[in-house]
Amino acid sequence: MLNYIIKRIGIAIPTLLILIVVTFYLMHAAPGGPFTSEKPLPAQVLANIEAKYGLNQPIWRQMTTYLWGILTEFDFGPSYKYHSRTVNEIIAQGFPITLKYGFWSFIVAIGVGIPLGAIAAIRKNTWIDYFAVGVSIGAQVLPNFVMAPLLIIVFTLWLGWLPGGGWHGGDWEYLVMPVIALSTSYMASIARITRSSMLEVLNANYIRTARAKGLPTKTIFFRHVLKPSLLPVVSYLGPAFVGLITGSVLIDIFFSTGGMGYFFVNAAFNRDYAVMMGITILVGSLTILFSLIVDLLYAWIDPKIRY
Amino acid sequence: MIVANKNKIISMAKNLSEDSATSGRSLWADARTRFMRNKAAITSLVILALIVLFSFVGPYFAVWTYEQIDWNTMGSAATLGMPSIETGHYFGTDDLGRDIYSRVIQGTQISLMVGVVGATIAVVVGTLYGATSGYIGGRTDQIMMRIVDILMAIPFMFVLILLLVVFGRSIIMLFVGIGLLSWLDMSRIVRGQTLNLKNKEFIEAAQAIGVSDYKIIMRHIVPNLLGIVAVYATLLVPGIIIAESFISFLGLGVQEPKTSWGALISEGAGTINYDTEWQLLVPLAFFVVTLFCIYFIGDGLRDALDPKER
Repeated sequence: MLNYIIKRIGIAIPTLLILIVVTFYLMHAAPGGPFTSEKPLPAQVLANIEAKYGLNQPIWRQMTTYLWGILTEFDFGPSYKYHSRTVNEIIAQGFPITLKYGFWSFIVAIGVGIPLGAIAAIRKNTWIDYFAVGVSIGAQVLPNFVMAPLLIIVFTLWLGWLPGGGWHGGDWEYLVMPVIALSTSYMASIARITRSSMLEVLNANYIRTARAKGLPTKTIFFRHVLKPSLLPVVSYLGPAFVGLITGSVLIDIFFSTGGMGYFFVNAAFNRDYAVMMGITILVGSLTILFSLIVDLLYAWIDPKIRY
Repeated sequence: MIVANKNKIISMAKNLSEDSATSGRSLWADARTRFMRNKAAITSLVILALIVLFSFVGPYFAVWTYEQIDWNTMGSAATLGMPSIETGHYFGTDDLGRDIYSRVIQGTQISLMVGVVGATIAVVVGTLYGATSGYIGGRTDQIMMRIVDILMAIPFMFVLILLLVVFGRSIIMLFVGIGLLSWLDMSRIVRGQTLNLKNKEFIEAAQAIGVSDYKIIMRHIVPNLLGIVAVYATLLVPGIIIAESFISFLGLGVQEPKTSWGALISEGAGTINYDTEWQLLVPLAFFVVTLFCIYFIGDGLRDALDPKER
């Protein structure tokens, strides 16, 4: 197990370095920089600005400085657009918001998806099953950028129950729609995966044996069915997490929640490379970290896996 | 059930009576009959075909082109831009007075094209990569799969946005970006299948008579993977359409005057306050119906081609 952990971390570190280097070179290969505007700046001014941000140095030098800053002080440098702010400050402002609705979406996706899938599997070919399957297919074809406007039409414009956007420190009424919009498609996927894997487990021989020896249904379910049928769900949690983070781009635009996605898209339109790089690297490291945790969890749950 | 058995018996009888050389085709013939029996899949196929047909024939019935502005309705889309036969705006107009009917047709073409081209790139790259990796095996396989692991850890959407910002917003870049980033799953699946195939006798036979690795992969491995590749490709298309729509929704994808479903939905969603629901609902309906159809077709294909079902 320990060997496996070390091996996984051994992969994670080069992955992260590659991500940083590639992002960095991509940014610097771009024609036009953050300081190219419609009215060209005087050469001297431009040179001064570039000197301030270290852009006049050779690219490998900039690269090492940048990398060194991240490794030693966790410093992603200054923003090119908002002159008084650093990338760290921007992340510190946006990230907690993203984390909050992302976390609740995760909880909802799992908390609703697994029971829905399980009930559908147990009551196969009843109306509950058809309902669950219908919901999960429906949610698949309604991605979050479709869900979000529909939710606003229904709950804000027609019913007037919920505010159409804003954050206000994450009060529940500002949280409801982002969480629904973000979690639905993952909930649907989790329900579908749970259903199909549970059906497979329910048909397994050892379940028949358990029934034959007269165990109560409840015991069979919790002791023999639940764990093996949740294994595929666990391996889906990694992609789901990435999807939730990515989805924040959209949630922030729609509900004006002001999370990280908002800053990322803004930076993309402003060519504020420092912010884009910082956020990409942060999301990349979170992804790597999370898939590491999921894999370890998987190894821990699944008795068939030995390292 | 009785009909099914009858079909099976007939096809079996056919197989027995014909010479054995045709038996290689029977997998596909079998899959086709199974697919034809799946009502949801067939209905979806028909609807999808109609949508595709509409996107090509539709322009001949249009009164306005997708970039033409109807100055009369501009600014008063809620009243004058209503969907109506008389004005020639069958699906209404948008806020700038452009005809939604023509724009939806245009968007349908682009979105479907992105889905198909993106999936094709993913299929070609993923299949060749996975088959090579699985067939060669050993250290090469290790390294090639590590690379996939590494790429998997990269946040896809963020990188795509990055690429579009850095290299300019063009539809080519969109194709390349989506295609290149979505072959990863495909390559894993293909590799797994290849590992199974590799030890089969016919591969050994090919090796024994000295066929080169390249030829074995292209002639013997890849054709045997087509079933599973077809299924995953179908399941990939909706994902790519959603990704493209998402990007266009952000305004980074297809650029004006051309449009796509994502861009149209985005515009429609932006004006929901002004009593112009059709601006959102028409492109949304096309989007949702198409995705539904593709999902059902993919499901039908999977049921038809799944080895477990046989």
